[in-house]
Amino acid sequence: MSTRAWLLAPTPGSRLQSRLGQAYLRWLAFRTNPLACVGLAIVVLLLLAALLAPWIATHDPLAQSLGRRLLPPSAAHYFGTDALGRDIFSRVVHGARITLVVVLLVVVTVGPIGLLVGTTAGYAGGWIDTALMRVTDIFLAFPRLILALAFVAALGPGIENAVIAIAFTAWPPYARVARAEALVIRNADYIAAVRLQGASPVRIVLRHVMPLCVPSLIVRSTLDMAGIILTAAGLGFLGLGAQPPLPEWGAMIAAGREFIFDQWWVATAPGVAICVVALGFNLLGDGLRDVLDPKQGQ
Amino acid sequence: MSGTAHAIRVGGLDVRFGDIHAVRDTSFDVAAGESFGLVGESGSGKSTVLRALSGLNPDWTGGIEILGAPQGRRRSRGFHRAVQMVFQDPFGSLHPRHTVDRALAEPLAIHGIDDVEARIERVLAEVQLGPGFRFRYPHQLSGGQRQRVAIARALIVEPKILLLDEPTSALDVSIQAEVLNLLVELRRRRGLTYILVSHNLAVVGHMCERIAVMNAGRIVEEMTTEALRAGTPREAYTRQLLLASRGYDRAAAAQFRSFD
Repeated sequence: MSTRAWLLAPTPGSRLQSRLGQAYLRWLAFRTNPLACVGLAIVVLLLLAALLAPWIATHDPLAQSLGRRLLPPSAAHYFGTDALGRDIFSRVVHGARITLVVVLLVVVTVGPIGLLVGTTAGYAGGWIDTALMRVTDIFLAFPRLILALAFVAALGPGIENAVIAIAFTAWPPYARVARAEALVIRNADYIAAVRLQGASPVRIVLRHVMPLCVPSLIVRSTLDMAGIILTAAGLGFLGLGAQPPLPEWGAMIAAGREFIFDQWWVATAPGVAICVVALGFNLLGDGLRDVLDPKQGQ
Repeated sequence: MSGTAHAIRVGGLDVRFGDIHAVRDTSFDVAAGESFGLVGESGSGKSTVLRALSGLNPDWTGGIEILGAPQGRRRSRGFHRAVQMVFQDPFGSLHPRHTVDRALAEPLAIHGIDDVEARIERVLAEVQLGPGFRFRYPHQLSGGQRQRVAIARALIVEPKILLLDEPTSALDVSIQAEVLNLLVELRRRRGLTYILVSHNLAVVGHMCERIAVMNAGRIVEEMTTEALRAGTPREAYTRQLLLASRGYDRAAAAQFRSFD
C-alpha cells in the first residue's frame, strides 16, 4: 500500500494513522494556495539562514575594518559595508538568529498565557470572566510599542528585556480570541456530554475547550509574528532592544540612518529583510487560517 | 428507598429562566426498568425537565430522587456513572477534534475504569459499529453513525438510566427506525430505564410503556401507551395533540385552540 493510500484510508487502523491522515489532508489543502507556499518558503529560508548562519555568512559579522567602511555592494561584500567596515550581508544573516529567537520566545510565552486566561474566562464566566477580562482590557488600552517602551525603560535595555516587554504587551489579543472561542464552545452539546460524564472543569478546559482554540491561536500568532518583528526592530531602532554590536535588524537601520542619502545600502538591507520576513509570516498565517480555521467547516 | 423500586422520582419540580416559568410543579415517577415518555409541543418544557434531571441545568427547585438518592445541584461521581444522556443533534454532541476512540475512552478515564480496549470494542459491537469506525473523526461519519457513537459513549460507563432527548428527530426516517430498534434492543439486554423526550407520538408509542403529556410547563395527563393507541385520552389538549400528529387536516386545524 502506498503511503498516500495509507494516509487517506477511510478506516484508519490506529490513533497515529488517523492523526497523520488529518495532517496530510490539511497539507493537501495548504498546498493549493500559492501565496501561502511563498510565505512558507520565506519562513523556511529564515529558519535555514538562522540555522546555517556561520556557513552562509562570508565575513565575521562583528569584525571591524575601518579602512573598508561604507563600501557599496560588490562581489566581496554582497550588501556593502557599514560605518565600521562590517560586512552587512553577514550581519543580516546573523540577524536572522536574533529575530527568530525574539519571535519564538515571545510566541512561546504569549500563546499559553493567552490561551489559559482566555479559555478560563470564557468557560467559567461570571466574576472570573469579568476580572480576567478587565485585566486584559488594561493591557489592551495602551499602544503596544509605548507599553513595551515603558517596560524596557523600567527593566533596562537589552534583548531579553525586549522579549519580556513584547510578551507583556502581546498576550491580550490572544486571550480575547481564546475567550471568544470558549464562549461558543461551552454551550455545545459535546461539552454538556462530557460534563454529564462527571469531568471536572479543569479537565474540560484543558482537554476539550483548549484544543479547539489552538488553531485560531496558531493563525493569530503567525499573523502576529510580523508585528512582533516590527516591535522588536522598533525597540532596536530606538536603542532599547538589542545593544551594539549585536547585528539586530532594527538597530542596524538606526545605525544606517545617518548615511541614508549617501550610502543607502546600509539601512536598506536590514529594512528589506524585515519587510520580507514580516510579509512571509503574514502570508503563511493567511494560508494556515484557511486550513485550520474550524469555522470553515470540515 | 421505598418498597417499589423507583429509578426516578420527581416531585414539585419548578424551573425558571428569569421571568420565564419553564416547568411548573411537575411530578412523576419512573419505575426501574421502565421506559417513560415525555411528549409535548416545542417549548412545553419537556427538554428542560430532562436537563434538570441530568444536572446540566442547576436552576430548579423541588425534589429529584435518582435510584433512591435525593439529588442536589451538584451531582456525585456515582450519579454520573448511573445516569447518562443522548442528545438530539448528533452533529453537535461529538467533539469535532476527537476520534470515536477518544470519545469513548474519555468517560473511562474520568471514572478511572481499566480494560479500555475491551470495553471500547464491546460497546462498538453493541451499537453495531464495526472496529473500522474506531479511529474515525465525527466528520467522517453519517448522522446515524454519529448517533450510535453517542449512544455507545453513554453506555460505556454502564449506566442504569438513559435520558434520551429527541434522539432521532435529527435523523432521516429510515435511520430513525434503526436507531430506535437499537435503543429497544439495548434496553431489553441491559435492563435500562429510559426517559424519552419527543414531540413524535409514534416514536414514543414505539418505545415507551407510559407517557406524560406536557403543555406550557405542566404535565396535563399521564397515561399508558395502550390508552394512547386506543385514542382514549382524558384531556382535551391530548386529544388535540393526537389529532395534530395524524397529519395536517384543514378542518381539524381550524378547531385547534390554545391551552396555555
